[in-house]
Order: sequence, then C-alpha cells, then structure tokens
Amino acid sequence: MILVRRTMLAATAVAVLFLGARPAAAVDLTMYYPVAVGGPVTKIIDDMVSRFEKENADIKVTAVYAGNYTDTMTKAMTAMKGGQPPQLSVLLSTDVFTLMDENAIVPMDSLVTDKTWFKEFYPAFMANGQIDGKTWSIPFQRSTIVLYWNKDAFKEAALDPEKAPATWDEMAEMAKKLVKKDASGNTTRWGVEIPTTGYAYWMLQALAIENGQKLMNEPGNEVYLTAPKTVGALDYWVDLSRKHNVMPTGTIDWATLRTDFLEGKTAMMWHTTGNLTAVKDAAKFNFGVAMLPAKERRGSPTGGGNFYIFKSASPEQQKAAVKFIQWMTAPERAAEWSMKTGYVAVSPAAYKTPAMEAYAKGFPAATVARDQLEHAVPELSVHENGRIYKFLGDAVQAAVTGAQKPQEALAAAQQQADRVLRAYK
Amino acid sequence: MSDQLVMSSVARQARSHAWWNAVNAWLLLLPAAVLLLAFTHYPILATIRHSFFITRRNGTEAFVGLDSYHSMAADPIFWRALANNFWFALGTIPTSIALALLMAIWVNRNMRGRGFLRLAYFTPTVLPMIAVANIWLFFYTPDYGLLDQLRGLFGFGGWNWLGDPSTVMGCLIVMVIWKEAGFFMIFYLAALQQLSPDLEEAAAVEGASRWYTFRRITFPLLMPTTLFVAINAVINSFKLVDHLVIMTKGGPNNASTLLLYYIYEVAFTFQDSAYAATLTVVLLVLLSTVALIKFGYLDRRIHYQ
Repeated sequence: MILVRRTMLAATAVAVLFLGARPAAAVDLTMYYPVAVGGPVTKIIDDMVSRFEKENADIKVTAVYAGNYTDTMTKAMTAMKGGQPPQLSVLLSTDVFTLMDENAIVPMDSLVTDKTWFKEFYPAFMANGQIDGKTWSIPFQRSTIVLYWNKDAFKEAALDPEKAPATWDEMAEMAKKLVKKDASGNTTRWGVEIPTTGYAYWMLQALAIENGQKLMNEPGNEVYLTAPKTVGALDYWVDLSRKHNVMPTGTIDWATLRTDFLEGKTAMMWHTTGNLTAVKDAAKFNFGVAMLPAKERRGSPTGGGNFYIFKSASPEQQKAAVKFIQWMTAPERAAEWSMKTGYVAVSPAAYKTPAMEAYAKGFPAATVARDQLEHAVPELSVHENGRIYKFLGDAVQAAVTGAQKPQEALAAAQQQADRVLRAYK
Repeated sequence: MSDQLVMSSVARQARSHAWWNAVNAWLLLLPAAVLLLAFTHYPILATIRHSFFITRRNGTEAFVGLDSYHSMAADPIFWRALANNFWFALGTIPTSIALALLMAIWVNRNMRGRGFLRLAYFTPTVLPMIAVANIWLFFYTPDYGLLDQLRGLFGFGGWNWLGDPSTVMGCLIVMVIWKEAGFFMIFYLAALQQLSPDLEEAAAVEGASRWYTFRRITFPLLMPTTLFVAINAVINSFKLVDHLVIMTKGGPNNASTLLLYYIYEVAFTFQDSAYAATLTVVLLVLLSTVALIKFGYLDRRIHYQ
C-alpha cells in the first residue's frame, strides 16, 4: 500500500512539475517599435513588457527596437511582404493611410467588446486613427512640438527668464538678443533652432498652423503647399537664419539638436515633448518648456506613434495584442511612460493618477504639451505618406540652405505631391 | 582476342572516359551554376520584367509597358541622383587609385615601421561600414566635430559640413577615398612584389632616372592591377548606401542622394517595388557597360605577364 501511494505521489509530483514548467499554450507576439528621442527608451519598454508578461503568463511579447519611425515602418512593411509580419507595432499615427492601402492592419472595433475604451483617450490623439467610422490605431507615444528655452541664457541676455516668446515676432526679437559671438565674430550661441532633417514636414506644419493654414484635407489626398500662408510659414523659418541671423544656415539635425541645446549652442529649440525627460536629466542649467509661439493663432500638430494590429495575426494573437495594448495604455502605465520620457500621457485619467499629479506639481513643464492639445491639429496624414514627407523635407532643406526661394521650393513639392496623390482622388 | 576488338574496346574506354570527364565537370560546376542562376541571372530577368509593371496598393500588378521609364525620365530626383553619382565617381576613383599606388610604393620599400604603416593604411578597410560612418560623423559635426575644432584653433567658426549642399558631396568623397585607398593599396603591393627586380636593375644600369623607370617599366607592368582596381572602384562608387543612411539620408535636398540609395528609398520607404525595379535596370545597364568596356576593349590593350 505504502509503495503504491508513494508511486502515485511521485507520479503526481512529476505531472505537476511537468505541467507547471510549461505554460498552457502561450501566445507569441512580436512588436516593432521606434525610438525618436533621447533617453533609455529601449530599457523602459523592455521593463514594461516583462512586467506585462509576469501578469499575463499566457502571452509572450518580443519587443524589437527597429530604428526611427521611418526605419520601423520600412521594417514592418518589408517583413509583411516577406511573409513574416509582426503581430503588432508602434508606428507613426500618420502611417494609417499607407497601412490601410497596403491592407496590412485590422481595425480595433471588432476586437474589443467594450467600445467605451476608445473614449478614454484624448480626442486629438484619436483623430488621426479614426477613419470611416473605424478605429485603426490606439495612441501610445504621443507628442506635440514644444519650445524649450534656456533660462540662464535668457538671464544673461537681460531677458525675463520666466517668460518664453508668445509670438513669432517676439521670438525673433528675443533670439537676436540671445545670439552670442566670440572675439573673432563667430557665433557661439544661436538664438533658436528648428530641426530641418528627420521630421521637417512636422515643423513646417506647426508653422503653417500658426499662420492659419491647414496642410492637408481630411481624405488625405490633397496638400496645400503653395497657399500664401504656407509659403509665409517657410519664409519666416528661412528668415530666422538668413535675415535675422539667429539660426544657423544649412540643415539642423533632428537627432543632435537636443545635444546642441544641452551644450548651450542654442538658447531655444523646437522639439518633441518626447525629449522632455532626456533634457531634464541632462541639463546643467535652468530651462523652461512653453507652447509654440503664435502668428495668427497658437498651434502645433500632434505627433508620435500609435499601436497597430496586423491583419495577418491569428485571432488569438489579435486578442492578446489588444490585451497588451490595453495594459500599456492604462492610466497608471500612461502616466509612468509620460514621466519617464516626456511624451504626453494619452488619457486624461493618466493625469489624475496620484503619481502624475505629484510629478506635475514638482515639474510643471510636464503638462505643457498636454495643455497645448487644446490648440493642436492632427498631424499631416495623407496617402503615400513616405513620398509626401520626402517632397516636403526636400523643399524645406532647399529653402534653408538657400538653394531655392521658399515659394519655388514649395511649388516644386506641390507639383510632385499632386502627381503622386492623383491616384487617390 | 583479335586486334580489332582490342582497338574498339580501347576507343570505347576512351569515349566513356571523356563522357565521365564531362559529367564530372558539369557536376563540379553545378553548385556555382545554380547559385549564379538563382541569385544573379534570375533576379536580373525578374527585375527587368518587373520594371514594365506597376505595384498597386492592394498587392496586385498591372502591365504598363514603358510608363515607368517615362515617369523616371520626368523624375527630378532620379536625375539628381545620377548626376551626383557621376561626380561622386569622378571624385573618388582617380584619387583613391593614385593614392593607393603611392602608398603601395611607399610601404614596399625596406624601412623601419613598415608593418605598422601597412596596417595603418589597411585599417579603414577592415572597419565595419557603420563604424566608418560614425567616425566621420564625429569629424564633420558642426562646432564640436574634430574638423571644426581644428578650424577653431585658427579662429574660424563652425561649418555645417553635412548640412550644406555645397560641401556634403566633398565630405563623402574624402571619406570614401580614405576608406578605399587602403584596400586598393593591398593589390598594388602584391603586384609590386611580383615584379622581377631584374628589370629595375637593368634600368638602373642603363642610367634611367627613377621617374623614367616608374613611367616606362613599373607602371605599365602594373596595368592589369590598375584595371582590376579601377573596375572595383567604379562598382564601389555605385554601391555606397550604408554611409548615406547614417550620415545624410541623401540630404540636404538630395544633394547627397546616390542612385543605389534612391533605389533603396523607393523600394523600402515608399514600398514601390516596380519603380525601384525600373531604377535598378538603369544601374544594371551602367554596370554592364563598364564590364563590356573592360572585357571588350581594355583587356586587349593591356600587357599581361
């Protein structure tokens, strides 16, 4: 008897061990995500993913860092055409038309039972992803462009260190006072820098909005680059370097601009709020964050990345992906993500969490980008995004390097854009 | 056994031997042939075919004949890339070859530190492309890059080397010469060491000057190497893409876009594989022309030992 019982016990123990070691049919998910800002973003993502996996033992997420936004989109589309797409990805919110055109993604509507989820997010962030009454993506690392200014430099130039420029004219005037030159007449500190590589279309859109001009229509098949106010926006941008001499000539690199600001090479910079924590952690001077200055109005495009679910994923994978996205965008996590990077937390509820409230109290700059949402406009999103962004980027670069007048450069871009967008009318 | 029978058996044997030789040869060639067909010839044909179609967004294709070629002819970025490539080739090829020859002659002599010098010249070649790009990115960074720090010593201000259309191509050319010259040096060094010392001694006995010896004896004997290196240099000048991705993304305003980078952008960023195929056909034609010139013309005019 004893022997039998022992054998049975042992068998049970083995069975328990065996079953326990193997999670019941785990769902595997692969996610591509981009990094477009400073700071240990990959570490933050890895940490969040491993915490999600601990809470959801039946789902395994492989998060793959895939370069900047363009690189990540390239990787995802290439993988899809190669027959091995990821199940979900963080891609530009504006890639939605391209992803729809390529038949790559599924709308979230059929995957979630409780549609009130969509209403938890800021409407400004949902705007890009909701097309034809369907929700194609969920906001994650969202941003607006903000103005960072070096308070110490302002003090040195006899400007009020607590007051950022509120209008275009004011910014140009202040910038003139902030320019510093050495004995041989070389500039050692610029007044302001607006990046012209990487996301030049984004910066141009901000200026155009402030000048009272939309850049695209809702169906995403028209752009308005030769409108006088768009040209005026680029004129102002070019004038900063070529007329007022407060910004360097030539292109200003998106990726190194943060370093320029931190090294004191420029007193002000226009950049994504996604860089806020990286700037905060590294700045050896007092700095402030403000909404972008106004011409006709205040304004910035929204920006940044959303979660997309790929059509080729199995139903179980799609369900698991939704679960993961819901976990990642829940108020506590959205608040944590915002505090660790500077991105705007995607839901009002995130700002009501005790952690976020305490953080914002000690560091008011953390809410500037959110407050700017009130003036924000959806980011430039059209069919053939990649091409249109390139035409715009080329035009901006042609203008700031002095190769073409803003008017000519934008006319050339409009002509090329019209040719490409003709197919979508 | 009659003589006749012996004869025919020998002939049969010889014939079967020849047959076996042929089979053997084909079997030995087969792996290489399969690889060549699968990864070179088939893709070339597929690319040419693909260039007559357009990619629709839903993944289907449609035959459009020469339409893609017409739109290519009207595409200003294509022409810009082609022109850039021409200047890039002109800037890099002659200089890197001349420099390689000079360096090879230099390190071929008996002197102290020869091994170290050879190693130093060759180092750029063994570095990964991305590392090279990052090193030079540091040189060219405005204000705190190495170049601007040196200029600063003489009272010059910062210069936006890669952000200015007038300097970006020059910057790339300098970097590529730095990288290529060391590689080509190895071939020249090997060739120099193959040369028989008798010729040089004979020239010395005749009282020829060193420049004359180089011009009339050494350099002509190095011609096969020069040809080989030149072909490689031409191919390399069309192959540059990694550095552009890291350093300039083809900018500003396409001032540093080369043909292959543009193909990459069209194929993978814009997901327009049909137009990328059309552009690739142009690249194919250019490189085949180079090959034709080499095999059809230059090879016959060069003296091989």
